[in-house]
Amino acid sequence: MTTETLLKVENLKKHFPIRGGILGKEVGSVKAVEGVSFEVKKGETLGIVGESGCGKSTTGRMLLRLIEPTEGKVYFEGQDVTKLSTGDMRKLRRDMQMVFQDPFASLNPRHTVEKILEEPMKVHGIGTPKERKQKVRELLEIVGLSSYHAKRYPHQFSGGQRQRIGIARALMTQPKLIIADEPVSALDVSIQSQVLNLMQDLQKEFQLTYIVIAHDLGVVRHISDRVGVMYLGRMAELTDSEKLYDKPLHPYTQALLSAVPIPDPLYEKDAVVLEGDIPSPSNPPSGCAFHTRCPFKMDVCSQKVPELREHEPGHYVACHLYTEEGSAAGQNKQPLEEGKYE
Amino acid sequence: MKTQEKVLDVKGLRVSFFTDEGEVPAVDDIDFYVREGEVLGIVGESGCGKSVTSLSVMGLIPSPPGKIIGGEIKLNGEELTTASEKRMRQIRGNDVAMIFQEPMTSLNPLFTIGNQLMDAMLIHKMGNKKQAKQRSIEMLKLVGLPRAEELMNDYPHQLSGGMRQRVMIAMAMVCNPRLLIADEPTTALDVTIQAQILKLMKDLNTKMNTAIMMITHDLGVVAETCERIVVMYAGKVVETGPAVEIFKDPQHPYTRGLIQSVPDMRYKKQRLYSIPGNVPKPGSIKQGCRFADRCEFAFDRCRQEDPPLYQTAEGHSTRCFLFDEKEETAHDNRNTVKS
Repeated sequence: MTTETLLKVENLKKHFPIRGGILGKEVGSVKAVEGVSFEVKKGETLGIVGESGCGKSTTGRMLLRLIEPTEGKVYFEGQDVTKLSTGDMRKLRRDMQMVFQDPFASLNPRHTVEKILEEPMKVHGIGTPKERKQKVRELLEIVGLSSYHAKRYPHQFSGGQRQRIGIARALMTQPKLIIADEPVSALDVSIQSQVLNLMQDLQKEFQLTYIVIAHDLGVVRHISDRVGVMYLGRMAELTDSEKLYDKPLHPYTQALLSAVPIPDPLYEKDAVVLEGDIPSPSNPPSGCAFHTRCPFKMDVCSQKVPELREHEPGHYVACHLYTEEGSAAGQNKQPLEEGKYE
Repeated sequence: MKTQEKVLDVKGLRVSFFTDEGEVPAVDDIDFYVREGEVLGIVGESGCGKSVTSLSVMGLIPSPPGKIIGGEIKLNGEELTTASEKRMRQIRGNDVAMIFQEPMTSLNPLFTIGNQLMDAMLIHKMGNKKQAKQRSIEMLKLVGLPRAEELMNDYPHQLSGGMRQRVMIAMAMVCNPRLLIADEPTTALDVTIQAQILKLMKDLNTKMNTAIMMITHDLGVVAETCERIVVMYAGKVVETGPAVEIFKDPQHPYTRGLIQSVPDMRYKKQRLYSIPGNVPKPGSIKQGCRFADRCEFAFDRCRQEDPPLYQTAEGHSTRCFLFDEKEETAHDNRNTVKS
């Protein structure tokens, strides 16, 4: 892994308008993403975790401008992606590809696998028809299918095989960055591990950089070098995957980790069961969005939004427990050791 | 208090679907039981027959094309496969209740929560309207929902996913059933909400002594809630035993593979174990052990004969020839599995 930055995201925002009334005036907005910043280094895997509605998928799509950001900048190899024309953006997508969650919905049922896989090369004008066909067969073998599968249609494959086709399609243009949005969540357990292993093998073989968006914390730990935890459109914590799982700083991360069922009946954990539901992103709580459910809530939490700051080298956290305001309030309850609440 | 009495006893159950392409066996000769007050987990991947099993117990197999073609299902000693529809209607909701994966589609969007909760009680003649309302409010409080009185007049779309699942549980528990069947109850929910619902189900299990049959694909959920486990693969029970033993010493190569292929959040492995091949379509394997094609220990006999369940310890059995004492080749392999 080099230290070269491949992708840099600055203060990315997306507000979806809510229209109402007979004139369709904008009456409010869903703040899906509220200022997210992070960097991705060449060759690493950044995992983005969070629960439904936290904005992780919207963030992923904005990087490719499949959804136009409301505000903020995305630099890919130093170039500001948000300023590019549609034509230039299309050219750039050769280097940034996406793998989708649902392998049933993301492959055109009327096209053969060959046509599906050939498409990205055609769009980008790569190779002659013969070369393209050759490449399709090559990649099918690489992702663990056979070259004779090229003539088949998507419905003739199982879920795991379709996801392999989705991955092969993303690889057709030899991209540098792959954004995978819930790549294994639609698959059976025994198939999940096959696809995760395949993704790791491909990363080594083609020096790929991954952004993996998922809700399964086990999957994210397995595949990621660094992990960002999102809650209601903001990044709550961002650090190395080892650090995040061993010593989570943000109370939300702590609760999230302790909520995951561990496949070991003898494992005794002191579960922190969070009260309440995730608030609606159209009307997020004031201050820190997590304060309505946080066991360490202080006065400052409902007034001021905590910034994402570097608490320890390489460990970013957005929580007042670690800011001056929090300490100054004199109520700084040091978060207890992992899992040991009360 | 836990007794040895079986609330549910299923023996030799076979369910097939009769389609244009012929008979597709979804559940093929399965045996299991649920004891009073215990939590039994039924684990398996898509198409293994776990949901069909639960629907058979409820008498809800869509017929046609589905049909129970053999075996018996005894609930509190009463045979359900031959029970009349009228009798089944009395049993459903009263003695055995079910909650489903998707709480939105299992609640009627046109009726208020109160209406739907009271319905079950009125149908089972558990009292008049006033008593039913009283009890519904009590149940909503019991499942941890705030402002229960107001909720009675709310419609399902006004609630979040976690709240809807709580309402479903309240509805299932309203007649105090002896058995609750939960089919992937937390799969559609976020982890923090999942933790709340699992805790609630465990509390109800201890408080009201309701036996729970938990159907899931998530090994973490099983490990956290269940006392005993039934592992299913392609319509068969491949292993059954106490949860602790199955996780500590999985015997069937499939169970073992399944447990190893789940990424454990507590530590990072360099590489995950993965079971080769795909989950077979129901009815596609006609001869021999259903798992033989994906099994690294398979030998000739596995592809020709159907293995029976071998009892390997008290209350723990496995459907695998590696545990046949007479099988010579199996001995070395079995040791490999164990090591």
